[in-house]
Amino acid sequence: MSTELNQILAQAAKGKMNRRDFVGRAGALGVSAALAGAVLTNPARAAEPVRGGVLRAGVAGGQSTDSLDPALAASDSPFMINSTWGETLVDVELNGTLGMRVAEEISSSADATQWMFKIRQGVEYHNGATLTAQDVVATLRRHTDDASQSGAQGIVKGITDMKAAGDMVTLTLNAGNADLPFLMADYHLMIQPGGGVDNPQAGIGSGAYKIVSNEPGVRAAFEKHANYWDANRGFADQVEILSINDNTARTAALQAGQIHLMASVDPKIAELLAGNADVVIERSSGPGHYVFIMQCTQKPFDNNDLRMALKLAVNRQELVDKILGGMGSRGNDFPINAAYPLFDDSIAQREYDAAAAAEFYQKSGHDGSPLLLQVAPGAFPGAVEAAQLFQASANAAGIPLQVKLEPDDGYWSNVWNVAPFCASYWGGRPVQDQMYSTAYLSTADWNDTKFIDPHFDDLMIRARGELDQVKRKAMYSEMAHILRDTGGLICPMFNDWVEGRRAEVGGWIPNPAGSLMNGKALSMCWLNA
Amino acid sequence: MHPILKLVVQRVALGLLLLLAVSFVLFLGVEMLPGDTAQAILGQRATPVALANLREALGLNEPALTRYLKWLFHALQGDLGVALTNGKDIAQAIGQRFGNTLFLATSAGVIAVPLAIMLGLIAARYNGRWPDKLISGVTLATISLPEFVAAYFMIFLLTQVVPLFQPVAMVFPGMSFWQKLHAVALPVIVLVMVVLAHMMRMTRAAILNVMQSAYIETAELKGLTPMQVIWRHALPNAVAPIISVVVINLAYLVVGVVVVEVVFSYNALGQYLVDHVAKRDLPVVQAVGILFAAVYIGLNILADVIGIVANPRLRHPK
Amino acid sequence: MKMPLSALIGIVATSAFVLAAIFAQWIAPYPIDAAAGKVWEAPSEQFWLGTDTIGRDILSRLIYGGQITIFVALASSLLSFSLGAFFGFMAAVRGGWVDLFLSRLVDLMMAVPALIVALVVLSVLPLNLLVLILLMGILDSTRVFRLSRAVATDITVMDYVEAARLRGERQGWIIFREILPNALSPLVAEFGLRFIFAVLFISTLSFLGLGIQPPLSDWGGMVRENKDGLVYGKAAAMMPAAAIAVLAISVNLVADWVLSRTASLKGGRGG
Repeated sequence: MSTELNQILAQAAKGKMNRRDFVGRAGALGVSAALAGAVLTNPARAAEPVRGGVLRAGVAGGQSTDSLDPALAASDSPFMINSTWGETLVDVELNGTLGMRVAEEISSSADATQWMFKIRQGVEYHNGATLTAQDVVATLRRHTDDASQSGAQGIVKGITDMKAAGDMVTLTLNAGNADLPFLMADYHLMIQPGGGVDNPQAGIGSGAYKIVSNEPGVRAAFEKHANYWDANRGFADQVEILSINDNTARTAALQAGQIHLMASVDPKIAELLAGNADVVIERSSGPGHYVFIMQCTQKPFDNNDLRMALKLAVNRQELVDKILGGMGSRGNDFPINAAYPLFDDSIAQREYDAAAAAEFYQKSGHDGSPLLLQVAPGAFPGAVEAAQLFQASANAAGIPLQVKLEPDDGYWSNVWNVAPFCASYWGGRPVQDQMYSTAYLSTADWNDTKFIDPHFDDLMIRARGELDQVKRKAMYSEMAHILRDTGGLICPMFNDWVEGRRAEVGGWIPNPAGSLMNGKALSMCWLNA
Repeated sequence: MHPILKLVVQRVALGLLLLLAVSFVLFLGVEMLPGDTAQAILGQRATPVALANLREALGLNEPALTRYLKWLFHALQGDLGVALTNGKDIAQAIGQRFGNTLFLATSAGVIAVPLAIMLGLIAARYNGRWPDKLISGVTLATISLPEFVAAYFMIFLLTQVVPLFQPVAMVFPGMSFWQKLHAVALPVIVLVMVVLAHMMRMTRAAILNVMQSAYIETAELKGLTPMQVIWRHALPNAVAPIISVVVINLAYLVVGVVVVEVVFSYNALGQYLVDHVAKRDLPVVQAVGILFAAVYIGLNILADVIGIVANPRLRHPK
Repeated sequence: MKMPLSALIGIVATSAFVLAAIFAQWIAPYPIDAAAGKVWEAPSEQFWLGTDTIGRDILSRLIYGGQITIFVALASSLLSFSLGAFFGFMAAVRGGWVDLFLSRLVDLMMAVPALIVALVVLSVLPLNLLVLILLMGILDSTRVFRLSRAVATDITVMDYVEAARLRGERQGWIIFREILPNALSPLVAEFGLRFIFAVLFISTLSFLGLGIQPPLSDWGGMVRENKDGLVYGKAAAMMPAAAIAVLAISVNLVADWVLSRTASLKGGRGG
């Protein structure tokens, strides 16, 4: 073992490095991530799991148009359903660490251009077939090749070659990417028999539960997959996912015990709900954020003074207090917060400053015509109210901001990424590189702020292959500054996950990477009798 | 042929033509809405390449009219096809959900219609006195609450304060009749509250209108009690407007209860239609839209026939 | 004739609402968009009816919201009423092809789900008050049409209408002098309800993002904004709901009174 690795292990043991930094660096050194994971095993479970019973979750966002094809999953309900029957190569676990699922070991070449995934032996699908390395390659190919119809298509563009040999899958990249394993945790990439090419909607995977019946937008019922490989998951005999889109009804169902787990508690009523002795409110801060986006290429937002004026004219604390009920944190006009590794917490927090905003507004030479902020109720929860608070604080600074209400219907195709100034949200990504390359690279498909800066792009590409974490952090810090001071993103707040469970539910571990323990709550929780 | 039978035949034939027109209007409407199915499915995450691939796979690249005519050709042969969004068989999904829609509408209608007419008769009988005012006031208050407020109120009252029922009303195949009835109790109560006032007030107004007529006075002079007069003489002559409003409300119970469906997560047709409109899933929108239209048209024919049968002068036109 | 107490209450309450709406700018204690307080404050001396989901004064918003709610609801129900009643009577009086055409046209309009119509119209036409009123008025007029036609069909076969026809009166005369007075009671009763439905319909449209532009909000929209507090007894959602209910009841008290007046005008025994 090299001295450098020994040093890393020593640091890790002292708790100076979180698991993700560790895996990234160890991986870069060509060490298998499984070994790295073994060093940092979670403390033993506090309580002994109870087996049996029917565990029910109530989620929002389900529609009768939903499909079981993981490629087409785009909202909370399909995400939860797919995460219950399917498994990915790896999982993002607590504190943003990587957990091994279908992959048993990960290793990389020293320059992080080649990644090897050792596939777990004896993993069985619900149809009785055995999961193979070929299935993994076929799955990745279905999602990423040129004929793909998948929401994950944009994620792993840099893969030039995929190979399966024995139980090893080898991915070759066109440039080094130290974060690649995290991309494999994407919820679209459920491993399916034959890659799901023949029947993508079969709902057959290798997860802890197999589908018994599925009525889209209503209910999915599951039973335990008898030959599931992991004894530490899948405690209930049966699980159900009920699609309850109305907040009040979902809350009432939790209080009445009709469901045991509840996704998306309205933060405003969380405190009121917590008064109920049968209910526990679970909160974890993650990378998700609510934003207003200005397109830097469209008049009048092509003027950075005007953008600065608007950034200074939003009262962030008021938004966190009133829109998030205090369950969140202020944003700083770049899409990264402490939930990400290599976050620079020394960047000064931008505050509401009406005088400075007015000054920038004067400097911009804007003609005083109304600046239209387009918003729909579905842009994010409380979007219309947030826009009105923004309008009031901006008007107080003499900026003629005006809110225009748009229909929810068609908002994401007609307004978002089209209108020069509108409301939106981002769920966040496990690593900084993925967030930036998804939405802030000049050429990104989802560059919704139309932010074009060659220096920024160059920094991002270099940071991706940079293996020295100190240098990498410095690069990310510079990128954050660029975006904060010249970008088109107004990021007033990061929203916490606020979820509810019945008091009799055991095994809950907060996981900010996604809703309901990143989709694994039904597989990892149990019912105390 | 009997004139009424002739009328029915004529109206049904016209109704079928109307359905064709409805389907064309729906087609135009959905085409005019911005965005397409592929975009709606993949949402915020879609890359242009993935969008193009999905469009190709769904056959969205064909001209709109071609797609419509193809759909029509198959539909006329009884093949409704599969949903674009998730490939589920449309006829099967609609069959199940329409059953749920009818179950809810029937449960609410069976309670609401007789109750509304009874209350309307009582209010007319005691016109201007306290029973009239009480009935009017209470029903007006229930109708002026937005549906979801009434729904939340009932959830609060009957699942939290007095835990009699459950807030989530979804029903599944395999549940017994009584289980289903228990599941839909809350939505039924809310729907009854919502439709009661309209029918009750129309009954009252129509009866009062007829009560001015000379033959009512004759009947009163014969010594009949006020309730007998209303029941035997006034009601039959007030049937047309009452039926007209009852039918509007029944149609509403079938096609217009999407808010109640959403609040109680009830898996019926309204929500199914709304979801597919949002996704621009034309085959499903067409199928459900035409079913709804058929319900409307059918109920309207029924109302017109009852109106004619009830009025002797219309029954035997000169 | 002495006005009954209930009608008096109705008229006073309705006028109070209308006056408050007209003079909103002068009597509202706070500007409509001022987030002056904390979230969902209970009624206090400072905020008489409490504050809403982002801390704005409910009373002020109710007063401003009354403007838009009453105006749009009244305008659209008047429109739906005149359109529906006129064409409904015409269909009944003319009969034959006119009736067939109008009735089937209305069937068609009623048969297409209102959601789709609203979405299409408002995504194609500019979103302003005029379009909103026209849309609501025309959609709703189909219901009025069916009722008026049903009522008028019964009347057209009455002897006095036959007599008028034989006298050679014009159809306009028959509609306005014979049918309208005799069909008035059910129609007035209907008008009171149509008005409420219009108030509720605006809020449905607001929810779809098609209705009133913020920071202005109609009462139904205000209920929606604050609906999550409803189950926890927050005043914010109940206040606008109560405002709708009180307005609805007072308008209908007036309608009931008009109804009894028209009955007495016809020489009945109502008065």
